[in-house]
Amino acid sequence: MIKQLSGNEAVAYALKQLNPDVMGAFPITPSTEIPEYFAQYVADGQVNTEFVTVESEHSSMSVCIAAQAAGARTVCATSSCGLALMYELLYVAASCRLPITLVCVNRALSGPININNDHSDSMGARDSGWIQIYAENNQEAYDNVIMAMPIGETPWVRLPVMTCMDGFITSHAVENMQLLDSDVVKRFVGEYKPENYLLKKENPLAVGPYDISAYYMEHKVLQAEAMKAAKARILEVAAEFERISGRSYGLLEEYRMEDAELALVLIGSTAGTAKAAVDRLREKGVKAGLVKIRVFRPFPGQELAKALAGTRAVAVMDKSEGFSANGGPLFSETCSALYDCKERPYLINIVYGLGGRDVTTGDIEKLFGRLANIAETGDIGSVYTHMGQRSREEIA
Amino acid sequence: MSKIYNLKREVEKPPRLTGGHRLCAGCGAGVVVSGVLRALNQEDRAVVVNATSCLEVSTFMYPYTAYMDSFIHSAFENSAATCSGVEAAYNALKRRGKVDGTVKFITFAGDGGTYDIGFQSLSGAMERGHDMVYVCYDNEAYMNTGIQRSSSTPLFARTTTTPVGSAGQGKKQNKKDLTEILVAHNIPYVAQTAPLGNFKDLHTKSHKAIYTEGPCFLNILSPCPRGWDYPMAQLAQITKLAVDTCVWPLYEVEEGIWRLSYIPKKKLPVEEFMRPQGRFRHMFQKGNEWMIEEVQKQVDQRWESLLEKTGA
Amino acid sequence: MINAQDINEKTPWQDLTPGGEIYEAGTARAFNTGVWRTNTPVFHAQACKHCMLCVPFCPDSAIPVKDGKRLDFNYMHCKGCGICENVCPFPAITMVTGGVPHD
Ligand SMILES: Cc1ncc(C[n+]2csc(CCOP(=O)(O)OP(=O)(O)O)c2C)c(N)n1
Ligand code: SF4
Ligand code: SF4
Ligand code: SF4
Ligand SMILES: [Mg+2]
Repeated sequence: MIKQLSGNEAVAYALKQLNPDVMGAFPITPSTEIPEYFAQYVADGQVNTEFVTVESEHSSMSVCIAAQAAGARTVCATSSCGLALMYELLYVAASCRLPITLVCVNRALSGPININNDHSDSMGARDSGWIQIYAENNQEAYDNVIMAMPIGETPWVRLPVMTCMDGFITSHAVENMQLLDSDVVKRFVGEYKPENYLLKKENPLAVGPYDISAYYMEHKVLQAEAMKAAKARILEVAAEFERISGRSYGLLEEYRMEDAELALVLIGSTAGTAKAAVDRLREKGVKAGLVKIRVFRPFPGQELAKALAGTRAVAVMDKSEGFSANGGPLFSETCSALYDCKERPYLINIVYGLGGRDVTTGDIEKLFGRLANIAETGDIGSVYTHMGQRSREEIA
Repeated sequence: MSKIYNLKREVEKPPRLTGGHRLCAGCGAGVVVSGVLRALNQEDRAVVVNATSCLEVSTFMYPYTAYMDSFIHSAFENSAATCSGVEAAYNALKRRGKVDGTVKFITFAGDGGTYDIGFQSLSGAMERGHDMVYVCYDNEAYMNTGIQRSSSTPLFARTTTTPVGSAGQGKKQNKKDLTEILVAHNIPYVAQTAPLGNFKDLHTKSHKAIYTEGPCFLNILSPCPRGWDYPMAQLAQITKLAVDTCVWPLYEVEEGIWRLSYIPKKKLPVEEFMRPQGRFRHMFQKGNEWMIEEVQKQVDQRWESLLEKTGA
Repeated sequence: MINAQDINEKTPWQDLTPGGEIYEAGTARAFNTGVWRTNTPVFHAQACKHCMLCVPFCPDSAIPVKDGKRLDFNYMHCKGCGICENVCPFPAITMVTGGVPHD
């Protein structure tokens, strides 16, 4: 079924098809529409979810944690400050091994307060133990939500899943997209059947111990192994998903990388812009390519190294500023992924698009120009720079 | 409640908080929690929630849970939201035919987790109307982290963040009246109680709270021999003095109707309650008589206002 | 399903429960807090009127009751706080110095 939907509506529609047991709801731009659409589904009797309209995102995640532990399938959506307010609980969710689904509509973090897109919210949560899957467009946002539960709920994974899409750019833009039949979605996702849950009659369950140092390390190793195991499971679910949808997904997407010498590594909706730029450059004979990271946690390090093999210069584009003074989070991951390669490309880091700053095909073509220059001269200049900000040098 | 209270019958039930937990010897929290859980009908299941606290770190230290029922601890500040989440799951799964039978939802949190950091979560859960009981075991300070003041710490009490010195005389502020704040939520049942005598008051109120539909709140005085600095064997004496001095009045508010549960035959002066406790020791030094007078004045005022509200 | 009795400080990570969950009731019963005692309550059955006043006051659920009778202390959990001795209206409990159970 082809429909024209905004990213938020597409996600809300997926959630309707999934008909979760419990949803925690709290408004924050630009994710607000998701609980709003969902509230209407509840009011219209199209779902029979327990819709809990909490007094904060902190409680929305707390409700999801408790309900999931109790045996329910739970979902929530948030952005920016809302995700930041959940910070402590994100760790609790992951360490209690509760496969909650959270839709993060990416927005800049305060301060100053700003409602527009960048990735500083979910990047701040990258080490919380959640699986993170980023969408380029509405279709992917919809598809990722449907794949979230079969990934997270797998007994040897048991991890929460954050599906991310870019605020406004994806959440509010209306696009043509393919929706699956609700029956197909239901069958694909199946029932949630945890082995143990708080409401189980046969045996009680105790969750969230005080863990002394004699056990904490072992529990963390278990959790780390689950995250490693999630990689294969994400691909398995993607393969199953392809069978019902015809759409294929990997941990990352390579665009015109076969013989690429100059490449970008980036996340999210900018991939659309970058693909257009790559196409234009290809027409001009530039061997440009793009790697879009779809799954950031677990990080596809080996896959990325393989994709970049043979390139001569690469720009890693971070849509969040990590303030490490040494580059953004995607840059760090890329550097470490490439460390073991025999022939490494020149690598630079571009922090861009903060707080909704636009990036155009022109900007990206210019960036490829810089890469071409680096490849030719071997002079990378500054490794870590920002793009898109006004500066004296440009005005002069 | 249908059956009249009978201590003998009640203590025959197997305890739902087991021994083997790590609370200090003589800790009031163990008494309070096992007392509340005893009010569950034996055939009913429960899910117990804890906020991070002395209670939590002592009753579920991996791999030892002291609860006979399912249990969840998530964080310090969210135990009410946590309980509401379990209740939401129960409603959803019941509607979908995936769980059956009666299950009750009971949260235990300390005064820090209730009056302070968990206050928003508590207020939200009560307003949303979940069918749950929230129990504050009030030991009047952050005990788990080493006796720091909370908004429940009484006026002039010594804690590690309100020490006594040449320029400081303990906590400068009054204890927050949380029970009355909960009354203002217009929930079906709010009560204040303490472990006393034959436990009739604590038991009856717990049973009412558990079996009244909707959100119910219990504030239970829970002496801490370590933080209050009194001999641990004297738990019963201390709580008795707290109610006989009217420092901790016993009352309940059911569907908006205020009821006093206990009027001391002879209202004792506050110093009777305070003298055995090291946290008030500085108030008994020469020249500090005004402090005790001040506390007495405040206790009297609050007691008078409670008498008025309850029409007693 | 992994049982608490099979978990100890030598258990390898593969054999611990994910998230530190426990799938049984009251596993703390296996933990001996009786060794914390510095004083020990002694029960004098002949003086006990089975009024049960001591039972709910024990923070450690260490006073068993069966068929209307208050039984001897469970010394595995009793921490020797002395609250029971204080609330007993009869000479049925005395405290003795030292942590060992009486015999
Ligand atoms: C967000 C957060 N802040 C601080 C702490 C540290 N902390 C743990 S328990 C506690 C005090 C608990 O006090 P209370 O709720 O009164 O319970 P008590 O230990 O006194 O029984 C504190 C400050 C924490 N665990 N989480
Ligand atoms: S410090 Fe106080 S509240 Fe905490 S366990 Fe010890 S006696 Fe109980
Ligand atoms: S001494 Fe304390 S712990 Fe031991 S039985 Fe008596 S009340 Fe319980
Ligand atoms: S309080 Fe004393 S008399 Fe009553 S049951 Fe206990 S030991 Fe026996
Ligand atoms: Mg406290």
